[in-house]
Amino acid sequence: MLYYAQGPKAEGSAERVGLASDGRTPVLQVSDLRVSFPTPRGPFLAVDGVSLDLNASERLGLIGESGSGKSTVALALMRLIKPPGRIESGRVLLGGVDLLSISEDEMRSRRLADIALVTQGAMNSLNPVMRIRNQVIDGLRAHGERLDKAKANASVDELLRHVNLKPEVADLYPHQLSGGMKQRVCIAIAISLQPRVIIADEPTSALDVVVQRRVIQTLLKVQDVIGASVILIGHDMGLMAQFAQRMAVMRHGQIIEVGDVRDVFANPQHAYTRQLMESVPSLRKPGVLGAARA
Amino acid sequence: MSNVALLELRHVSRTFGGGGIFHQRPVIALKDFSLTIDADVPSITAIVGESGSGKTTMARLALGLDSPSSGQVLYQGKDLQKVSRGEWREYRRGVQAILQDPFGVYNSFYTVDHVLTTPLKKFRLARSADEARKLMREALVAVGLDPDVTLGRYPHQLSGGQRQRIMVARTLLLRPKVIVADEPVSMIDASLRATVLVNLLQLKRDFGISLIYITHDLTTAYQISDRIIVLYRGEVVESGPPEQIIERPQHPYTRLLIDSIPEADPELRWGDAALDEVDIGDEEEEVALALSRDYPEPATSVRASSNSQNSGGREHE
Repeated sequence: MLYYAQGPKAEGSAERVGLASDGRTPVLQVSDLRVSFPTPRGPFLAVDGVSLDLNASERLGLIGESGSGKSTVALALMRLIKPPGRIESGRVLLGGVDLLSISEDEMRSRRLADIALVTQGAMNSLNPVMRIRNQVIDGLRAHGERLDKAKANASVDELLRHVNLKPEVADLYPHQLSGGMKQRVCIAIAISLQPRVIIADEPTSALDVVVQRRVIQTLLKVQDVIGASVILIGHDMGLMAQFAQRMAVMRHGQIIEVGDVRDVFANPQHAYTRQLMESVPSLRKPGVLGAARA
Repeated sequence: MSNVALLELRHVSRTFGGGGIFHQRPVIALKDFSLTIDADVPSITAIVGESGSGKTTMARLALGLDSPSSGQVLYQGKDLQKVSRGEWREYRRGVQAILQDPFGVYNSFYTVDHVLTTPLKKFRLARSADEARKLMREALVAVGLDPDVTLGRYPHQLSGGQRQRIMVARTLLLRPKVIVADEPVSMIDASLRATVLVNLLQLKRDFGISLIYITHDLTTAYQISDRIIVLYRGEVVESGPPEQIIERPQHPYTRLLIDSIPEADPELRWGDAALDEVDIGDEEEEVALALSRDYPEPATSVRASSNSQNSGGREHE
């Protein structure tokens, strides 16, 4: 049996991250997260008191425009904020353990294994002189998976299958793949250790719509297969409507609205959310441009 | 004069590469493309396609930044390859560009006034400093910006939407006949996009300027254009009025494009059934695999059993 093809994580792994056995506890609890960057005019709070719960196997959309702090939240959750930026305060409980208070070594072992990040530029982070196969195996071995050659190859095949790539792709180099294929390889790496939480930060904003759909549908499928919770970060209302179950709207470093995606779309509470909704062009309604069209 | 087209691309093709020491196959970026912009009635033509469809090649040809491998680009009936210097100058003023990146076009050491004063000087549009000032203010007001707040600012003090509207104001100063807008809103936040698109619509309505709107976004194309041309791998697969293209798409690629747009409505999802239905193992994969067979395999590679069914992938090239 392939080690990762066990479906949603079993009780054993729940114990590893200290999850309450009833499964009702949120997988990820973020409370009062603040991230600041120094500026000549004093510290700028890019993330200003964000609190968020993510339930097991939930798909949460975090939407905001450029500068709203959404990507900074993603980096803070991964503890990848680079100096001079720093996390001022807050707690990030992943199954009961505060990621912000553990050692750097411990955090390194939890990245990918417990919480994985796929970014817009993820495809450019693939090593250009290494075959896809070795890059996937690299991640597994770095986290202490002991795999013989046959088992490692079988794992790679299986992971690529999950993201709908043919096994032959494993023997190609990144430059031989299109952007959409590379992003799917990155998703394969992200799920390789069955993390509880996957953060996808604008994973498709560099891709065409047809390819975007394939990547997002791949993400939906693997999320279902491994039972992970996903935070999809983006600025595209359409994508949120397609992907998310719950949606949070960010502005100026704060979450101004959270709710079931249907509720938020049907009945946005915040003026800014309404403005975002109205600005989305559609093939089904004339929208704001209809009036201006002579 | 009235039956001479303002701008015409006549059976234009553009190929890149071919020959050379690497014996690469030439890439056909644009194939037998024709487009006519009428001189009498201003129009908005949307060129829709994804990356690699040839839409930016088309824009470069229409703007005179590149010459076709075959075919002709004509401005007011004259072939651009054969025009006089004066005619070229007139063309360069008559056909203006608005590009994708509202961040890169500004020099961060100059105030935004610089992009407005440069064309005024270049084309000697103002006789005095006062007149220049007046023209700049008028152009900014026309795109809905307050000149008192905008002039004298540095680019980083303005949003992407504001910067792009200044670019619209800049083109307006020149009173062009045609504007080629290459993905003008794709780098702007969603809530600000509409303001720029409304500006573009106003150019047509208030100033009679025709627009070639190049985009990958079928929804905005549908909302502002009078006709849509769908490009796929350098070729026109479909063209017509927006209602016809969106409501009755004929070509499978157009249908795929429409189906892939993430509709901003949680009740209208792509659907779980489509997950298995859509062949995600796609042709781009076939192409990559086919190309990889052109490279010799290093002896150390761990190759999965090679699969004869994929040999047909080459034909996608």
